[in-house]
Amino acid sequence: MLLRHTSAETTVEREALTINPAKTCQPIGAMYAALGVHNCMPHSHGSQGCCSYHRSMLTRHYKEPVMAATSCFTEGASVFGGQANLLEALGNIFTIYNPDVVAVHTTCLSETIGDDLKQMTAKAIESGKVPEGKTVLLANTPSYAGSHVTGFSTMVKGMVDALAVSTEAHKLDVINIIPGYVEPSDMEEIKRLASAAGVKTILFPDTSNVLNGPMTGKFRMYPSGGVTVAELRATGDSRATLALGPAASSAAAKALDIKCHVPCEILELPIGLGATDRFIDSLRRLAGVSVPESINRERGQLLDVMTDMHQYTYGRKVALAGDPDHLVALVDFLVSMDMQPIHIVSGTPGKSAEQRLRPSLDKLGRPVNVKIPGDLFQLHQWIKQEPVDLIIGGTHCKYIARDEDIPLLRFGFPIIDRVGHQYFPTVGYKGGLRLLEKILGLLMDRQDRDAPEERFELVM
Amino acid sequence: MSSKISAEELKQEMLKKYPAKVARKREKQIIVNRHVGEFEGRPTAPPIAVNSRTIPGILSMRGCAYAGCKGVVLGPTRDIVHIVHGPIGCSYYAWLTRRNQTRPERETDPNYMTYCFSTDMQEQDIIYGGEKKLRKAIEEAIAIFHPKALDIFSTCPVGLIGDDVHAVAREMEAKYPDVNIFAFSCEGYKGVSQSAGHHIANNKVFTDVVGLGDMRKPGKFRMNLLGEYNIGGDSFELDRIFAKCGLTLQATFSGNSTYEEFASSHTVDLNLVMCHRSINYMADMMEKKYGIPWFKVNFIGAAATAKSLRHIAAYYDDPELTARVEAVIAEEMPAVLAAQARHRPRCEGKTAVMFLGGSRAHHYQDLFKELGMDTVSAGYEFAHRDDYEGRHVLPTIKVDADSRNIEELTVLPDPEQYRERLSAEDKAALKGKGILMNGYEGLMPEMAEGALIIDDLNHHEAEVLIDKLKPALFCAGIKEKYVIQKSGVPLKQLHNYDYSGPYAGFQGAVNFYQEIDRMVNATPFTLVKAPWQESPELNAAYAWVG
Repeated sequence: MLLRHTSAETTVEREALTINPAKTCQPIGAMYAALGVHNCMPHSHGSQGCCSYHRSMLTRHYKEPVMAATSCFTEGASVFGGQANLLEALGNIFTIYNPDVVAVHTTCLSETIGDDLKQMTAKAIESGKVPEGKTVLLANTPSYAGSHVTGFSTMVKGMVDALAVSTEAHKLDVINIIPGYVEPSDMEEIKRLASAAGVKTILFPDTSNVLNGPMTGKFRMYPSGGVTVAELRATGDSRATLALGPAASSAAAKALDIKCHVPCEILELPIGLGATDRFIDSLRRLAGVSVPESINRERGQLLDVMTDMHQYTYGRKVALAGDPDHLVALVDFLVSMDMQPIHIVSGTPGKSAEQRLRPSLDKLGRPVNVKIPGDLFQLHQWIKQEPVDLIIGGTHCKYIARDEDIPLLRFGFPIIDRVGHQYFPTVGYKGGLRLLEKILGLLMDRQDRDAPEERFELVM
Repeated sequence: MSSKISAEELKQEMLKKYPAKVARKREKQIIVNRHVGEFEGRPTAPPIAVNSRTIPGILSMRGCAYAGCKGVVLGPTRDIVHIVHGPIGCSYYAWLTRRNQTRPERETDPNYMTYCFSTDMQEQDIIYGGEKKLRKAIEEAIAIFHPKALDIFSTCPVGLIGDDVHAVAREMEAKYPDVNIFAFSCEGYKGVSQSAGHHIANNKVFTDVVGLGDMRKPGKFRMNLLGEYNIGGDSFELDRIFAKCGLTLQATFSGNSTYEEFASSHTVDLNLVMCHRSINYMADMMEKKYGIPWFKVNFIGAAATAKSLRHIAAYYDDPELTARVEAVIAEEMPAVLAAQARHRPRCEGKTAVMFLGGSRAHHYQDLFKELGMDTVSAGYEFAHRDDYEGRHVLPTIKVDADSRNIEELTVLPDPEQYRERLSAEDKAALKGKGILMNGYEGLMPEMAEGALIIDDLNHHEAEVLIDKLKPALFCAGIKEKYVIQKSGVPLKQLHNYDYSGPYAGFQGAVNFYQEIDRMVNATPFTLVKAPWQESPELNAAYAWVG
């Protein structure tokens, strides 16, 4: 057994030791968000190991170039402060790599010593390290608070803080969409749905065509995708903001409301039928458009498979590990197919996630294990206590899946042993259909594998 | 150099985009290889200014001291509970990502490698100190896992807030006398690269583990293999070969290893050093304290493997062993030569460039030579001058402030356990057989003149290399993988082997030939242009013959 020391019984109530985490640290989320800005170099203000680890992990997840720079703190910088390193880094980045934007995020190191990013950036501009017309975004992302989701949220808010302006007396017929911590494919799908509904949008950040780029024989340091600086400025003139996923997107949406009086609606991620319904409904109300037949058809197709294949989803028990925004939407989707999500952990701290899960979980009429913050060791113990038919989570869950012989649906971050998430969305009706197809495939393959010969079905 | 541009022109091309200060520094780290003199019959190379601070903002390949200590040296040991004291990320990123394979003998034997332990420090721990949480975490780990040994790795904030991890380790060991508890001050900001972490790891394992055990594996020819981390199963292949030769591998530092093997590793008569950079400290310290001689080996490449095995036989100077080693080589080589004959014609004449840690950029050149491929540019990520120029330059290396901060232990012969294995005459005799005791010839003397040596390669320089040299294959790591492949050049990861391997030993060489053949002849890389991109003009669109 790969996890041979995990037992169903709890020998000690853990208070201090995290075992097999279901989260990682803030800076990687900030780096991911920054990659969704066009012509942007993410920059990690800390020791070089952080940047190296974050680039490596994002690269494993996307199988794409992930460019980012670092302040390369040494022991001296850690004692005397990182200003000299940041200034030198900015000078070198603009000279050698010529981005439009450098998006700086902090680390536990620079936060612990109390580096003041704002003051340092002002100093960099004053001393000519930031050429005219270039932008520096800032995000305070100490690794000892929140998680990768918080880091993402903080960097997205940093985009608003640095750039959004209100220039028009009247707001324009544009809706801002903050897509949340989702894949490039999901961001592309959200844009497609809005465009199908005839809604003009600014989506930020936007990692599509950055982290799912084509092979052309030519490396592009700054791929064609990403929200532009001009678009980020213009978010202040939009009629409304639709923030998807409260943990990842509400901070920026609220900041935009305060700064530029752009009202916002905060929704769950549009994963599954119900959540996508609410997204489309909000979108059409905010933009004042009617929903086109093409979207009704996509909805109907998803519902068609949900009804036709109900016997295979009904009553199936699921264990989930992931980020709060993902979990809330996924659980809602599972419950809408009469599945039973019974063990749930997220490493990302915060009380609201469990409250948001409650309405769906209450429909189950049975006790459910939820631990937030929790870890995969805890999830595994619960699975040993009450087995499930399916695990949904990132790649690290494959060790539990193998030991317990349970199928695993890879979802969320990170997925470092399969491809697909870069290219095929799980948001929207089409994304819901893809998720459902995957769930059915896993459950039905298992039924085929385990059926006695006389009960092996040709037609299912 | 095989392409039209000279190495010097290539270097200037790299430097010209840099601000003056950066150019001045890089100028001394990018060196056109020359054989400028001679030392004991080997060519010597010009000095290279390495192991110095990374340039902020340059997009280096380097990682940190923590990565070198936890990720590289200690990570592969399966039965020590490794608790990372810090915020969650550091432990998370080092969780199984290096592909150190491990194979416990029995289903009931401990194996903690699949577990990731962290104190997940929160803001209040940073403000009020994290020692309390660390103590609690250790108690919880012991209650659940009952390990023989437990170690603690410090991440950046730990050093800054002044948590005394060593005091916590002593205190907890007093409370749990059956568990060996020790800590590493391997904060990420220490030193200039992973290299600092290797040294920190070596020191602590040497003082707190080596010498505590007496589990002697049986055999007449007992040895340790240092600096072999069982990426992709390399150690398994070497275990197979050693067993076949009648050699007893007491401990590997640290692929597929256990605590007990480390603790009893001082009982051998020979240390073999594979990755010189990460583990040479241990070899030196064990020689000083226990009198165990060491020499450098290379098991990457079939010829290199055969040579290293012959050196081992020569060291023990036993006719039976020598005969057995020769028999093993004779038995293994036909399959290797058959594979070479299959793959060499498809690879011959192609070029490779290699930018890797601290040994592989050297070791893998032997494998490429066996395929008829030249390495036209190479460099290390975190090496020191001795890895480039050879150990004879050690006395001339100036120790800068960053290196001085890494403790250099003073080691004296152990009054009871020191035993001299080799006399001066023995050493001279071994030298006559081509065995360099305590020696490493380095990368540059072994590479062709005119090759471009680049220390701490960065993204800009990699782009120039691709553009101007157009190598058939680029060898580096995960961060570079898709950058290079987008340019149409396949990249072989030689840190993690692209989830394949083993490449060491004889069977490893066969695997490698096949893998490189696959890559340099990969069909998908030839499909970049669509038909309409190959010939964009519309000619005689309607002139088909019907």
